[in-house]
Parts: sequence; C-alpha cells; structure tokens
Amino acid sequence: MEACRLTATQLACRRGGRLLFRSLSLSLSSGDAAHVAGPNGTGKSSLIRILAGLLSPFTGTVERAGAVALLDERPALDEDRPLARALDFWRAIDRADTSPAAELGLADLVDVPVRYLSTGQRKRAAIARMMGQRAPIWLLDEPLNGLDGMAVRQVERLVAEHCRAGGIAVIASHQPFALPGMSEVRIADFQPPSAE
Amino acid sequence: MSALLAILKRDLALLLPGGAQGGTLLPLLFFLAVAMLYPFAIGSDPILLARTGGGVIWVAALLAAILPLDRLLAPDLEKGLFDQWALRGIAEEAVVAIRLIAHWLSFGPPLMLAALPASALLGIDGTALRMVELGLLAGTPGLAAIGIVIAALTVRLRAGAALAGLLLIPLAIPLLVFGAGSLSTGGKSGLALTAAMSLLLVAIAPFAGGAAIRAARET
Repeated sequence: MEACRLTATQLACRRGGRLLFRSLSLSLSSGDAAHVAGPNGTGKSSLIRILAGLLSPFTGTVERAGAVALLDERPALDEDRPLARALDFWRAIDRADTSPAAELGLADLVDVPVRYLSTGQRKRAAIARMMGQRAPIWLLDEPLNGLDGMAVRQVERLVAEHCRAGGIAVIASHQPFALPGMSEVRIADFQPPSAE
Repeated sequence: MSALLAILKRDLALLLPGGAQGGTLLPLLFFLAVAMLYPFAIGSDPILLARTGGGVIWVAALLAAILPLDRLLAPDLEKGLFDQWALRGIAEEAVVAIRLIAHWLSFGPPLMLAALPASALLGIDGTALRMVELGLLAGTPGLAAIGIVIAALTVRLRAGAALAGLLLIPLAIPLLVFGAGSLSTGGKSGLALTAAMSLLLVAIAPFAGGAAIRAARET
C-alpha cells in the first residue's frame, strides 16, 4: 500500500450554532490508528465527516495524502437489489476484482435484497463495500454498531490487518475498540468551556 | 469513465419503465389519463378538440414531468451514495448530468410515444401531431433539466414533492409558450426557440444541480 498521511490542524466544528470542539489537531501516517472517543452528540461523526472532506470545518485545515474510504450508518447500497448486485455496483466503480463479501460471512446472503438484511448484516455489507475500495485511509463512524461479539472481533482484526499493511484508520466509537498501538482522541478534551 | 458508465447503468435500471423505482409508468399513465378525460369534460365537438388538443398534450406533459421529481435525487443523498461518489472523486456535476440523461430517457421518449394514442383520443390530425411530437422532442429535455435542478434544490426539504411542483410550473412557462405556441402559428421558429431554451437549460442544469447537492451536504 502506498504511503498515506492524514493531518488535521487546529480544527473547530460548529453545528447548529453550537461550538462542538476546537483546537483539535491530529497527525496520522502509514500504519497509525486513532480512536475518537466520546459520548453521543459530542461531534464524533462531524469530525469524521470533516476528515473525509465532506463537511468544511469552522476553522482549521485537513490534509490528506491517499484515497479515503468512509463507513458510516448508511451502507450506500440499493435497498431493492440483491446484496451481490448492490456490491457489484461499487465494485464496478472501484474496479475491484474480488469481493470481500465471503470473508465477512455474507456468502449465504448474496441473493437476499439489501432491505431484508438485519442491522448487523447491513453493517458487514457496508464494510465489504468499504474494503472493496482499497483506500489507504479508513474513516469508520461507529463501525461496531449492531454487530455481535464474533463480528466485532472480526472487524477489529480487519482494521489491524489494514494498519499492518500500511493503512490509516480513524475509528469514532463510543464503544471500546481493541487495536494494539492505537492512539486515543478524547473529544471531551477539546470542548469549549462554555459547553459545560 | 467506467465509473460513470456504471452509474448510468444503475440510473437507467432504476428510472426506466419497469425499473426498481417503478415510478416511471406513473407519469405516462397520468399523461394518458388527462388526454382521455379531456374529451369527456369538454364535449365531443371535434373542431374544438382538434384546436385545443395539442395544448392539452403540452399541459399534460408538463404536469407529468413533476411526478418523478421527489425520487430523483433525494434517496441517493439520504442513503449516502453522493458522499461515497464524492470520496472517489466523482463530481456531483457528473452524477447530475448522468441522472439528467436517465431522467429524460425515462419520461421524454415514453411521452412522445404516448402522444400517439393521446392525439387519436383528442382528434388531432397528422400535421398537428407532427408539430406536437417535434415540440415534445425539443421541449422535454428542457423540462427534465428544470426538473433535476429543482429536485437538487429541494433535496433536503420534507415537503419537497409539493414544492417541486410549484417551482417547476412558473419556470416551465417559457417552454410551454413557445412549444405549444408553435402549434397555432405552425411556424418552425417556435420549435427552434423551444430547442434553444432546452439546450441552454440542459447545459446549466448539471452545474446548478451539483452546486445544490454540495450545499445540501453542508447542512
């Protein structure tokens, strides 16, 4: 995997007239992982979207070297299509030859329309879509929501493999995420005092 | 390029009649229903029907173009597809341009086809029918372009569907004036003006739509 970097400098985020966090800086290079921790509503998802470049920060800059893959609560798969065809759409765009669907335990579900999938199956399908992109920078927003214990360990293993291969992972989650050598960004440390 | 092709294929599968969204048959049936109801309401005077029928076809086409607007872009923004495209460096403008092609294919040619039975119901003769068909060919791309811009602008609004209808009608009036107007004057200039307006709208729509989608993402 090519060398990648993700640098954020002095980020501040304002949503709905409220300053969620400020002076947040982050620097990750190949092989690094960061866990963005904090309770609901503190701006974890906003931070992920700012890092992805989908939301402009109130102040500060984000620099990315390398393609970005985003996993959030929306799988971005067509509800009416069978899972295999819904994933094939992204495979055609990403020019991926192989599908990681089997690896994620989705092999039996390829003929099932996406709307019949359970929360956990949907999440695994979204992870398959994200892995197919083969982007060096992974931004994961609550990747463990709805997953059972076995799937949680599998996702942790996949992220660890991704980082070992030289990728970057940013995991925003209120749940613990087991990954050796991961740095922690506690979003509460960057809250303005007035938010108390 | 292959990515854009994949998007076009998906759009066509979703929007064309019989597609997964299945809404495309509705504008067509709506259009035919208007053509069928009009003689009942106005009476069976063949001279009156033949004189006003072309205009009715135009009004029906314009109203039928409103029906698919709320499903055109909003679901893909909600489901996060636009975010995923943006991350892959696929511009919103390109996606909107492709969606515009698929949207026009899903209602323009079907309406032109449906204008044949409609003209029989309204007693429109051959020369007038030719003007109607040419007018629809010139005007429906413009209607599709206005429609997709409105769909992009109202993408985050809850009452988007109702608002889309209200917004489209005034904006489509110039197309209606020259498109339907060419029927009574019988001149080619009305058709040419309709086609020129359509081309202009089609050229602007991807940029206006793309900007509207990006603005919607920030909210």
